[in-house]
Amino acid sequence: MSAIPQRFGPYGGRYVPETLIPALDELEKAWLEAREDPSFQLELSGLLRDYVGRPTPLYHASRLSEAGGRDIYLKREDLNHTGAHKINNALGQVLLAKRMGKTRIIAETGAGQHGVATATACALLDVECVVYMGTEDMRRQKPNVERMGLLGATVTPVESGARTLKEAVSEAIRDWVANVEGTHYVIGSVVGPAPFPALVRDLQRVIGDEARAQFLDRTGRLPARVIACVGGGSNALGTFVAFVDDSDVDLVGVEAGGEGIDTGRHGAPLTTNARGVLHGSMSAVLQDEEGQILEAHSISAGLDYPGSGPEHAYLRDTGRATYLAVTDAEAVDAFRRTCRLEGIIPALESSHAIAWALANPGPGPDLVTLSGRGDKDLAEVLGLE
Amino acid sequence: MSDRIAAAFASHGRSAALMPYLMAGFPDLGTSREVGEACIDSGANLLELGVPFSDPLADGPVIHAAATEALKAGATLHGVLRVCESLADQVPVVLMVYANAVLAGGDSAFVERAAAAGAAGLIVPDLPHDEAGGLREVCDAHGLALVPLAAPNTPPERLAQIAADARGFVYTVSVAGTTGERTELPPELRDTVKRVRDAASVPVAVGFGISTADHARQVAEVADGVIVGSRVVRAAGEGGADAVAGVVAELASAL
Repeated sequence: MSAIPQRFGPYGGRYVPETLIPALDELEKAWLEAREDPSFQLELSGLLRDYVGRPTPLYHASRLSEAGGRDIYLKREDLNHTGAHKINNALGQVLLAKRMGKTRIIAETGAGQHGVATATACALLDVECVVYMGTEDMRRQKPNVERMGLLGATVTPVESGARTLKEAVSEAIRDWVANVEGTHYVIGSVVGPAPFPALVRDLQRVIGDEARAQFLDRTGRLPARVIACVGGGSNALGTFVAFVDDSDVDLVGVEAGGEGIDTGRHGAPLTTNARGVLHGSMSAVLQDEEGQILEAHSISAGLDYPGSGPEHAYLRDTGRATYLAVTDAEAVDAFRRTCRLEGIIPALESSHAIAWALANPGPGPDLVTLSGRGDKDLAEVLGLE
Repeated sequence: MSDRIAAAFASHGRSAALMPYLMAGFPDLGTSREVGEACIDSGANLLELGVPFSDPLADGPVIHAAATEALKAGATLHGVLRVCESLADQVPVVLMVYANAVLAGGDSAFVERAAAAGAAGLIVPDLPHDEAGGLREVCDAHGLALVPLAAPNTPPERLAQIAADARGFVYTVSVAGTTGERTELPPELRDTVKRVRDAASVPVAVGFGISTADHARQVAEVADGVIVGSRVVRAAGEGGADAVAGVVAELASAL
């Protein structure tokens, strides 16, 4: 049984109130046991197969390939039940929470995909579910708010700050501090205090493990580049982790450039080299010179976050992965092109990864993680017209 | 500086030392200085001075809102430390500051500036024992006490480590949760405080949820210090220094 890392180089750690430390210790121990327990793995993999619909396809996007001048393959996480990769993590964590005897689940959500995934897992496994969501995101992602209600979850509006993902995470952590005994916090990305970044990575690595095997099977080789969008970074890390030891494969994380890096209105802490402590871990964080956390800006609610997973910051510093940003306008353009060329409506988050792939020629073949579907984004995109 | 904290706990002539919390820069820097003066005039033995932060995870709605308003009113670390300076020659001032504000410009730079402004110690609510070693060394080198927190659910072996490395006093959190007024103190508080006192050689102060004179009296029966935050900050927002003077005087009369 190998221990769960607390740090990735200088990043990670547990910067949380003392009250949470016993809960984090308990979670780490529970995950070490569960991930080695065949009965837990059998239950999780059975649900991923029969309920979520895994393995998701690896799709050769022929018309995007033509437009990009090289072979582009999409890992179709949009075809998961609930429409995004978030369900991989939510199901695993709710199963783990039940195993730990927790009777109440809380979660935060930005775009609503993690909230819907957690509400879904809680409905399936019959656990109480409370989802914190900023009121600005509730406005932008109304269908997902309604979905969570139908699934039996309580959506608690968060009014502080910019009323988006950052504040929702803060409120979820405050709830957890107050109710730590019987509650598990299903964090939605590879962020937060240890062991969360490693736990969520472990639960999302099914994306990369499947994609790597499918790619080899289909093409007889590995991709030249693996490209994924990064907010907190769970779909990207879940993909990258399977390829980290393949030194010939370039790993590219695409952040939210918002209105442009030079405008300051973006969600690209990894691209801009920032370092700080947010929501329990040291990582790349947007902040001012006195350490006040800045608001992120992105057209996509799922990337509208001033922090990033600590392991991404480490992969950046070691040079193993590269992080770049794509603007709102470029992402929307890629969204439209993917609709018309492939008959696939991608999430605005995933559209960032597609945009970067289309704009940056390489020898190919490229693997792009299509982290979710874009139905939730129709109002936002159509509102631009 | 930490001997000033020890002296304040040793010589107050009350059942326990009274430590009001105020948010620097709330509602503005000038008023927060007056609020601090009012606390001292009304019987505070030490002050906890909050450094406003954008994302205060350990704080409930009252202190969170005060921090947001202070930042909106333009509070900077420079301004906060001027408030500290104006109060620190009267009572020991302990800064309550989140980890990122300490680390942003480098922890040495932060501690040097705090020491120069007369601060007696730091409380960093999101820097638990495992992460605090580096900062504690820096604080020791500058004569500042890095005050640790202990919670009701802190296991015995961990509590022993926290207590062994404590400087100044141990800040015992009365309840699992964030700061904020509560109608009743938790029944297990007496046990919690006893566990911390048995482990620690420095004084034990209790905070979170203490909002009435009656609460203060109950806490003073078991602890060396009583910390009152949200009740004081609410008064500062509602009626400035005058309102705070009334609240602190009533708390002081109970001790």
